Amino acid sequence: MLVHDFLTNSAARLPDKVALVCDGHRMTYRDLDLMTNRLAHALVEHGVGRGDRVAIFMPNSVEAVVGIFAALKAGGVFVVINHTTKQDKLTAILNNCRASALIADAQIRDVHLSALLHDVPSLRVGVLCNQGAAARITHPRFIDFDAVQAQYDAAPLPRVTIDLDLACLIYTSGSTGEPKGVMSDHSNVVFASESIITYLQNVEDDVVINMLPLSFDYGLYQVLMTFRFGGRLVLERSFAYPAAILRRIEEERVTGFPGVPTIYALLLQMDLSRYNLSSIRYLTNTAAALPPSHVLEIRRTFPWARLYSMYGLTETKRTLYLPPEEVERRPASVGIAIPGTEVWIEDEHGNRLGPGEVGELVVRGRHVMRGYWEAPEATAQRFRPGPLPGERVCYTGDLFRMDDDGFLYFIGRKDDIIKSRGEKVAPKEVENVIYELPGVVAVAVVGVPDPILGQAIKAFVVAKNADLTEMQILAHCRSRLEDFMVPRYVEFRDELPVNTSGKIARRELMQALNTHCST
Amino acid sequence: MQVTALDIPAQIRTYITHNLLFGDESLIYSDEDSFLERGIVDSLGVIELVTFLEAQFGISVADHELIPENFDSVKNLAEYVARKLEAATLAEAPRSSFDLGETYAGP
Repeated sequence: MLVHDFLTNSAARLPDKVALVCDGHRMTYRDLDLMTNRLAHALVEHGVGRGDRVAIFMPNSVEAVVGIFAALKAGGVFVVINHTTKQDKLTAILNNCRASALIADAQIRDVHLSALLHDVPSLRVGVLCNQGAAARITHPRFIDFDAVQAQYDAAPLPRVTIDLDLACLIYTSGSTGEPKGVMSDHSNVVFASESIITYLQNVEDDVVINMLPLSFDYGLYQVLMTFRFGGRLVLERSFAYPAAILRRIEEERVTGFPGVPTIYALLLQMDLSRYNLSSIRYLTNTAAALPPSHVLEIRRTFPWARLYSMYGLTETKRTLYLPPEEVERRPASVGIAIPGTEVWIEDEHGNRLGPGEVGELVVRGRHVMRGYWEAPEATAQRFRPGPLPGERVCYTGDLFRMDDDGFLYFIGRKDDIIKSRGEKVAPKEVENVIYELPGVVAVAVVGVPDPILGQAIKAFVVAKNADLTEMQILAHCRSRLEDFMVPRYVEFRDELPVNTSGKIARRELMQALNTHCST
Repeated sequence: MQVTALDIPAQIRTYITHNLLFGDESLIYSDEDSFLERGIVDSLGVIELVTFLEAQFGISVADHELIPENFDSVKNLAEYVARKLEAATLAEAPRSSFDLGETYAGP
């Protein structure tokens, strides 16, 4: 099975069922199947071939969903890029994966799409969505999404890929600060989605709401899985307007609610009494652990629904889930290996550890992805040989402990990566941007505990330029970084602690902060 | 506080420039432009806007009012504030429960 079969199979079985509710549109499986065929024909005609990368740079929208499946039907590999990414990083990612095509929202702020044609030599075609009649970009290498839909053939395309071919790259932050593209082949996605559907017990009647970005695997898989089981997806742009989301849940009789701790923290503060949320069958959490108090509060707020606490990393999609019947007994646990996979905990010498001992979580199964795109060293570190010849297991870099019954508890990360709003932030990436400002001598970026964000980003800055202000630093970060990477706090210091090798002692700064917070 | 309807959009713009755009005045947006679509506020920016409105205009924002029709442009926001102020002169508005600082009981 291939990933685009999720759509074509459901379109064959349930052609008139509304598959996607988004932005006032209600698209059936047939609509989407035909739209993706048309766009795929256009991509092929403009030179996209088997294995070529097709980047999608858009907020959650019908066009983004169509772009994903069109890329696959054209034989390509889709790459969804967070729509708040700024020009330089966007250019770097497109060049890193040597994208052949870019499907983009013409309205995105701060990004000059025309410049990309020059700066990204591999780009053969740009498909522009949402072009206002006034500001239409005319260039032979840009085509218009609506024009493609009006002009191209809707006939199915020949199958050119097999399930060992790549289906997508998902860019994620690494500790070096350089984004890395996690490569998933079709079989990885087919396996991971099946395993998750199994434990969530999804059925065709499920209506899943998704407000997480499709650049984030958790958001992306809501689309993939829902289309696979023939359900309905309600796609929202974000959780910015919580009341609008609650109203949508009521109107669409939503049964599946995927959230992250920040969303649950906001939800739990609201007066939910005026909404009928009885249709919700299950809630899921991943990206960062929920505080146990929130786990219990969610249970009290939605006593009729099942709550799944989960854990994963892009490199294996999902890794662990806590069966809902265990959630009150072990609210701090993120559970056991997902169906069809196994995990264990190792010490630094490769010895497997027993209950109560803390070590690195290692993952084995067909959801272990194919490595990082053109990054053999990083790949070799994370994906190592497994028990059988030719097999890879994933070293998560996350520290875990197991209880006597085999349930797992997240302890912390081995590296400095910050988790804010459930998104990974590499301190180095933020530090590099702040260093661009004149007069900055030293920067250390750390995560500080925050009740809503999980961790808030704090930058310690040593500047020789006394005029440098917090506002200037934040404005610069905002112009260069995705929204979730912009620091919440800036503190000027005369100096920063250094360790014996002369590097900034980040841990020392964090320890000082944590001590301060707990007293 | 004495606020005229004319002041409201200007005060909202000043707040956005200073607190959400960190002083960046290069972004040109109309009163009708969607905050979300233009990337002016992100999901947590809306929560910050609530805190600002409550402090600046002395209104209280109820949870169910957190919808784009009230919040997603300078125009929507200004009209919403004007409606709230008008209602407040007629009757005392109920206190909001969407005050992050007060109601959060985390670790």
